[in-house]
Amino acid sequence: MNVQTNAQGFEELDTVCIRFAGDSGDGMQLTGTQFSVVTALEGSDLATFPDFPAEIRAPVGTTFGVSAFQINFGSVEVSTAGDEPDVLVAMNPAALMVSLAGLRLGGLIIVDEGAFSKRNLDKAGYIENPLEDDSLSDYQVQKLDITKMTLESVKEFGLGKKDAIRSKNMWTLGLILWMFGRARKPITDWLEQKFKKLPDVANANIAAINAGHAFGETAETSANLSRYHVGKHTTEESGEYRTVNGNQALAWGLVAGSQLGDIPLLLGTYPITPASALLHTLSGLKEYGVVTFQAEDEIAAVCGAIGASFAGQLGVTSSSGPGIALKTEAIGLAISTELPLVIIDVQRAGPSTGLPTKTEQSDLHQAVWGRNGDSPIVVLATSNPQDCFDVGIEAVRLATKYMTPVMVLSDGYIGNASEPWRIPDINSLEKFSVKYCTDPEGFHPFKRDPETLARVWAKPGTPNCLHRIGGIEKDYDTGHISYEPGNHQKMTDVRAAKIAGVANDIPEQEVSLGTSGGKLAVVGWGSTRGSIHQAVKRAREENIDVSHIHISNIWPLPRNLKKLLNSFDKVIVAEMNNGQMNNLLRAEYLLDGYSLTKVSGQPFKITEILDCIQKQELEVG
Amino acid sequence: MNEQTDIKKLTFKDFETDQEVRWCPGCGDYAVLKAVQITLANIGATPENTVFVSGIGCSSRFPYYVETYGFHTIHGRAPAVATGVKLANPDLDVWLVTGDGDGLSIGGNHMLHVLRRNVNMQIMLFNNEIYGLTKGQYSPTSKLGAKTPSTPLGSVDLPLNPCSFALGSGARFVARGIDTALKALPGTLARAKDHRGASFVEIFQNCIVFNDKTFEHFTLKKEAANTQIHVEHEKPMIYGKEKNMGLVFNLEKFALETAIIGENGVSEDDILVHNETNKIMAQMLVELTAPDFPVVCGVIYCDPEESYDDAVHRQVKGAKDNKKADFNALIRQGRTWTV
Repeated sequence: MNVQTNAQGFEELDTVCIRFAGDSGDGMQLTGTQFSVVTALEGSDLATFPDFPAEIRAPVGTTFGVSAFQINFGSVEVSTAGDEPDVLVAMNPAALMVSLAGLRLGGLIIVDEGAFSKRNLDKAGYIENPLEDDSLSDYQVQKLDITKMTLESVKEFGLGKKDAIRSKNMWTLGLILWMFGRARKPITDWLEQKFKKLPDVANANIAAINAGHAFGETAETSANLSRYHVGKHTTEESGEYRTVNGNQALAWGLVAGSQLGDIPLLLGTYPITPASALLHTLSGLKEYGVVTFQAEDEIAAVCGAIGASFAGQLGVTSSSGPGIALKTEAIGLAISTELPLVIIDVQRAGPSTGLPTKTEQSDLHQAVWGRNGDSPIVVLATSNPQDCFDVGIEAVRLATKYMTPVMVLSDGYIGNASEPWRIPDINSLEKFSVKYCTDPEGFHPFKRDPETLARVWAKPGTPNCLHRIGGIEKDYDTGHISYEPGNHQKMTDVRAAKIAGVANDIPEQEVSLGTSGGKLAVVGWGSTRGSIHQAVKRAREENIDVSHIHISNIWPLPRNLKKLLNSFDKVIVAEMNNGQMNNLLRAEYLLDGYSLTKVSGQPFKITEILDCIQKQELEVG
Repeated sequence: MNEQTDIKKLTFKDFETDQEVRWCPGCGDYAVLKAVQITLANIGATPENTVFVSGIGCSSRFPYYVETYGFHTIHGRAPAVATGVKLANPDLDVWLVTGDGDGLSIGGNHMLHVLRRNVNMQIMLFNNEIYGLTKGQYSPTSKLGAKTPSTPLGSVDLPLNPCSFALGSGARFVARGIDTALKALPGTLARAKDHRGASFVEIFQNCIVFNDKTFEHFTLKKEAANTQIHVEHEKPMIYGKEKNMGLVFNLEKFALETAIIGENGVSEDDILVHNETNKIMAQMLVELTAPDFPVVCGVIYCDPEESYDDAVHRQVKGAKDNKKADFNALIRQGRTWTV
C-alpha cells in the first residue's frame, strides 16, 4: 500500500484488500458483490474471492458457518484477490476467529461489538473477549455496535427484530462505501429494483446503508476513522466493461460458440457445487435455442449430451471432479464414436466429496488420462473469469471441427470470482461453420477429412447417409464393426493422431511475462495465473531472471512448448494439486521441473510463489 | 428433406441391413427383429427419420440390423442417450432396444426416469430372464432359485416384474408381447408408435442357450389360447380355446379371478371389460402369472399425457416467441461502464 493524502482528506492507495466475514446468514456474499459492482463502476481493477462453507445454513455463530468475501481492488493491475486483507469486517466472534490469521499486521478490523455476546464468544471458541484484552493490539480495531445502530436506523419501517437485524450487512456496507468514497446510488437503485414488491424491505435496507454512511460522516471524532481513495485503473483498454464471474462467462462463451458455429446447444447436466451456476444461466437462455436437460444423474447427463451430438447438435455436459468421474465411460463412447462433446469440469478439492466449495486443480490427470483404453481428448484450461468466455468458444470450435470431446478445466475459484470484463461484440468474433455430410457418394460414417482426420458428421434425418455407430471398434474403411487386430491398431493410431494434430490449430506457447529463455521460468495453468503473474513481476523488479509461462492448452500441449521450456535453466511448476502438470511435462518432455504445490483449498498467495522463485534462484546460482 | 419422385411403399426387406446377423441360431431376437421390420413397413416409417438406440447386451446389437440410423451405446444408458436424441430433434422417431439386465439392472435408474419424464419413444425391453452376453448369470427378472454360473445354489434375489416397474415409474403406455407371436407383436408395436410419449413394451424372449424354455409354460403355441390373454380396449377379457374363460373381479378379495362362462352362474356379462386407461386395472393385470392365470399381452395401459420433449420445446418456442435473442444485449445486461 503506497499511502498519500489527497486534497479531500482521503489517503490515496494503489491497492486495497477487504475481507467481509460473517455468519452464513449475514449476507456477506451479497455485501461483497455489491461493493465489487460499485468499485468496478468507478473504474478500479479488481478481483474477488467468495469463500463460503458447503453447508447452506450452518449453526449460527459457529466457525464452520463463517462465510467470507474478499475483494482486492486497485488503480494498478491487481490480478489476484489479495494475499493479506488490509481491512477485515467481522460480523461476529467466529468470523474474527477464522479470518484474523490472514490479516495484514497493522490492518484495520471493523467488528460488530453487538454480536460479541458470551454465547457467540463461546461458540467461536474464545475464552476471553478479544475486544477486551490486548490480543488485537497488532491491529487497528474499530468496535462498533452495528446491530444496535442498524435496529435504530430501520425502526420506522416496523419490521420484526429478526428482519430488521438482517439489514446490518447494508449498514456495514454503507460505512465501507463512505470509507472508500464510493457512490451509494448504484446499490440503492439495485435494492429498489430487487425489492420492488416489498418497498418496506427496500427502504429499510436503503436506510441502513445511509445510516452506516452517515455514521462515517459524523462520528469521525469518536471513531477516528480514516478515508481512503483508490483511483481508476487507467491502463485498461478502452471499451465497455462489466463485472463477470467465471461460471457466467463460461455459459455465455458456450452460447457464443453455438451462435458462431450456428449449431444449437444442448446441456445435459446434474447439479453439483461449484458448477451448478452453468445450468442456472443456460436454462434461462432458451430464446437462443438452448435446451437444458437436468438429468437423473451425471451419467445420464453426459449421455443425453452425446445423444444430442449424435442427432447433430452440440452436446455439452458440466460438472465437478466427482461427477466427471461418473461420466468417464460415456466420454469413452464419444471418443470411440467420434462425436463432438464439450465437458466442463469446474474443479474442487478432492478426492471423493473432498471440499465442495474449496478450489483445487487436481483433476488434470483425470482430464488427460482418466479413461479406459487409449482415449485421447482435447483439454483446455480457463485462467480467470473473463478468459472463460473465450475458452467456451474455443471448446465449441475444436469439438465440432475435430469431432471430439473437449474438456474444459475451470475451478471453483474462477467459477465464483468476479472481475472486470471488456464486453466483446459478438459480430466481431470469427465465425466457424459446422459441416454436416449430406453427400451419399462414397459415404461411410468414419470417412475422414484428410487434413483434420475428423470423421464426417451425417445427422439422422439425412437421406441416403443412414448408418449405425457404437462403442465397438469400427473398420477404418467402412465404419462397420471390426474385430480385426490390425484395424484396431490403425484406429487407435488415427484417434491419437487426430488429437495430436490439434496442436497445429492452437497458438504457439507464449511467454506471458519475461523472456524466451533464461535462468528461471514459472509454469502455471488455470486459476494460478494472477498469483504467478504478480510474483514474477515482483521478482523481476528485484532483478531476478525469471519468466512466466501460462499454459492454456493442456492437451495437446502447444507445439513449441518443449523447446521453450528447455530454454530455461530451471522450471518451477506451480499448481494447486500434488504435482500433476509437473508429471505431465516430465512424461512428455523429460522435464526436470521443480514442483511447487498447494492443496489447502485456498488460492496461492503471491508471496508463496515469490519465496519459491527467490529460493530457486539461489539454487540455480 | 429428400425429394420423393416416386413414393414406393417400403417392405420389411427394406429395413434389413447388409450386416450379417450374429445372434445364436434359434434366438428369439431373430423373431423380434422380423416383427420390428414388419412394423416399420406397416407404419410407413421413413428410414432416415428413424433412429434405433440400444445399450449393451444381446438385444442391444439390434440397431446394426435395421436399415435406419442407429446408435449402439453403453451398458444401461440408452434411455439417456435416446432422450438426448429426441430433445435435439423431436421429429425423429426413436426406438429404444434393451434387455432385462441392461434396462432393469445397470440401467434401472435411467429406465425409471425415461418413463417418468414420458419422453416420446418406443422402448422394447427384451426379457429373457438371464444375462446372455456375459454367459448365463442370473438377471433381475430371473426366478427365485434360478441356478446359473453365479448362483450355483439357486438365486436368492427376488425378481422384478418389468411391467409393474414401468407402471410404478409413471409410464403412460405399457404393453406386452412374445418374441414368436409374429401376428400380434407388430400390432402392439404400431400402437406403441402411435402413443405420443414413452411407450414401454415388454417382450418375452427366449434365450436358447442359457435359459431355454423359461416361458414355455405360457408361450407354447398349442396351449397359448389357454395360457395367454390378448387384451383389447373396451372388449371383455375372454380367452381360452373355447372362448369360455374370462377374468372377473372379486370385490371381497379385491383381486382378479378366472371364471368359466356358463359355470357357477357366470355369464359373459360378468367378465371384466378391459379399459386401457384404468391404471389400477393395469397394475392388477400385469401381476397375473401362469399357470394360475393367463399371461396378459397386448396394450395393457395407455393414458397419454404431454410428452417431455413436447413440453421442453413448448417452453423453448415460447421463449423464442416472447424474447428477442440479442446476444450483445444479453452480455450487456446489468451494470456496465465505459473506459
